[in-house]
Amino acid sequence: MKKLTGAEIVWECLQREGVDVVFGYPGGAILPTYDAMTKYPKIHHVLVRHEQGATHMADGYARASGKVGVAIATSGPGATNMVTGIATAMMDSSPIVCITGQVGSKAIGTDAFQETDVTGVTLPITKHNYLVTKPGDIARAIREAFYIAKSGRPGPVLVDITKDAQQLTADFDWDAAEPKLPGYRPNHTAPASEYTKAAELINSAKRPLILAGQGIIKSGATAEVLALAKQANIPITTTLLGIGAIPASSDLNLGMMGMHGEAWVNQAIQQADLLIALGMRFDDRVTGNLKTYALNAKKIHVEIDPTEVNKNVPVDVALIGDLKEVLGELTPQVKKSDHADWWAAIAVNRGDSAVRDIKNLPDSGHLYAAHVINDIWRLTQKRDTIVVTDVGQHQMWEAQYFHHDKPRSLITSGGLGTMGFALPAAIGAKFACPEKDVWVVVGDGGFQMTSCELATAEQEGIKVNVAIINNAFLGMVRQWQEFFYDKRYAATPMTGPDFVKLAEAYRLTGLRCNQRPDVAETVKKTLADKKTVVIDFVVEKEDTVFPMVPAGADLDKMIRRPKQDVMLESGSDKEWEMPTSPLPNVFTEKKVEAKALNGRGKAAPARKAAKPAKSNRR
Amino acid sequence: MAKHTLIAYVEDVPGVLNRVASLFRRRNFNIDSLTVGGTDKPGVSRLTVVVETTEAGARIVEANLYKLVNVLRVDDLTHKASLTRELGLVKVKVTPETRAQILQLVDVFRARVVDVDEKTITAEVTGTPEKIAKFELILRPYGIAEMVRTGAVSMARGHEPVSSAPPLVRTADSDHHHDTSGLSMSV
Repeated sequence: MKKLTGAEIVWECLQREGVDVVFGYPGGAILPTYDAMTKYPKIHHVLVRHEQGATHMADGYARASGKVGVAIATSGPGATNMVTGIATAMMDSSPIVCITGQVGSKAIGTDAFQETDVTGVTLPITKHNYLVTKPGDIARAIREAFYIAKSGRPGPVLVDITKDAQQLTADFDWDAAEPKLPGYRPNHTAPASEYTKAAELINSAKRPLILAGQGIIKSGATAEVLALAKQANIPITTTLLGIGAIPASSDLNLGMMGMHGEAWVNQAIQQADLLIALGMRFDDRVTGNLKTYALNAKKIHVEIDPTEVNKNVPVDVALIGDLKEVLGELTPQVKKSDHADWWAAIAVNRGDSAVRDIKNLPDSGHLYAAHVINDIWRLTQKRDTIVVTDVGQHQMWEAQYFHHDKPRSLITSGGLGTMGFALPAAIGAKFACPEKDVWVVVGDGGFQMTSCELATAEQEGIKVNVAIINNAFLGMVRQWQEFFYDKRYAATPMTGPDFVKLAEAYRLTGLRCNQRPDVAETVKKTLADKKTVVIDFVVEKEDTVFPMVPAGADLDKMIRRPKQDVMLESGSDKEWEMPTSPLPNVFTEKKVEAKALNGRGKAAPARKAAKPAKSNRR
Repeated sequence: MAKHTLIAYVEDVPGVLNRVASLFRRRNFNIDSLTVGGTDKPGVSRLTVVVETTEAGARIVEANLYKLVNVLRVDDLTHKASLTRELGLVKVKVTPETRAQILQLVDVFRARVVDVDEKTITAEVTGTPEKIAKFELILRPYGIAEMVRTGAVSMARGHEPVSSAPPLVRTADSDHHHDTSGLSMSV
């Protein structure tokens, strides 16, 4: 048996867990661990510029690879800086292990220098956490942390280790440190009777619809979901995090549901007589008003986490367990069917949406984000690409106009909606998949939250392609202000640095593009460059994400983009339609309600008489 | 909304009570009472949690408790034949005129006098939470100087301690809303 210091035990354990890269930032209380790092050269350490970046990188690494990502920080501020990244991983079920230093065990509770009760702080945002005060307990804590992080519904686990526990020695016995978790039950099996009930519901459904969530990606169940859908010709819609779970090119895949989902998808959900929810959790961003959500539909919920069942939407049948296994049992009990009438009904709504597609709009001299993203997709289709997005308008445009065919090819902060996520998560994804192209699609607002990590990319010599969708606004907030706060743009106009010069300051390549015909050339230049490239796509300032279900409104009462021929005739590209029925009373603004009523059955009047063309050119 | 009584067996490790209590706070459930103490098994503590919630809410509480890594087993006693007991200490003001009356009431409630001085009598009462509430109500006119209640502890009746493998998610028909034993008698 080997006598090792606690710090060495940390690295021994990481190595045995198969960790090849960790993201971290040293400091006093974690210094013994950093000192021992030099003895473990097989594990590559990436020095970040902020601990939040370390957690997002570990998260991006985990989402791209399916493995556990690891982030390391010191006590106090180092650990508290991780909080946003841990909460992000928690909401999106991302398996990460965070290792933090803690002040010496005798100093705990004395408000010592850089002391924070980190297990207390992270209690609600971790799947589980540990405070380790003895070197002999480190191995068990780390082994259990990895096991908990990746099993069942994955999530973040934090291991806080006191400085003296890192310094003192103990016997290192890997086998004896096997997880002992008598109360932890990550795997569940549903009783056979529930399968029979589920199959009966599917076999008798006239208008079934599959709601595909991220659980499919986590479980690796793409083939199983497609097999079920093919068996009874059931249309599929995905959540934001479910994008890529089902190939966008599949005829069965209708597209994304929810607040900024396709109109025909939301209409289909409201018209369905059966929803088959697979690895998704009925988030409020996908359901809209729960009182009117899918009232005609029976619901089957396949989910690994029992707490998600009946939480937001009561279901008729719950199959608790791993998706891949559950569908393996369920699909053979499902009868063949073509559901031709149902598909025909969906096609009608789909046709109505097609004539509203901004892609059909000829070049008006304005650069729209939709065109930028669609061009990036067009030009990278034949390459193996991961896109990492931040949060906001660009994220929704990416979801709408970049068509993902593979699982783990879109990485985005869904549940927590974390601005600043994209760049560090992309760096993590690049470490997970060095052979793939990694694109960052980010707003000018979110990019400025963690742009310091450009230095990390430069120091590591890795290439990520950063497409800043720069509208000089906190765009999504501005959109809400436009719709619901009578266009009072409080604190949303935003300046940024010269992003080209910023990239150059970090010894990287900076490009700028503000014309639609130039997008393709810029993307090609970016792909050819060996370094990380930052592109400042200067786009239309006041563009809007359509369709939009206002928060708390009925799912099929979307604010729609008008038909493109109407837009061309009127000569304005800034018209939009409020829903054809009055919105629920979610707005304090009487004016907006009045507008909604006026808009019944026809496009709302243009909001701006004249707007100087090309005002966005800078 | 109704009172639901849940039993949780938890590992006796530092912070476990915080984890449980934090869960209720985070998920916005109001705890009516929460008691914790040891069991016959070393290293295992037993919690009795009473929450005011709907039937669906109780299922969510149960599933969330299960999700905590240190929670070994959860059972819902709400609709089972069960024993619930609570202990209360009531210090009531006395005068020479009221002393006899109060002692009589203590006797009626099968409570025990545990301390007496010239101005107060302290009685210890055990029973259902309702009984303790009633005891308090009866003594209130005399003036209660101080009072403390422990919170409820519960146990299923009969020889089966709690169901050996409680379902992770109960549905309407998987729930056993009936008395488990006809032999058990109230004592």
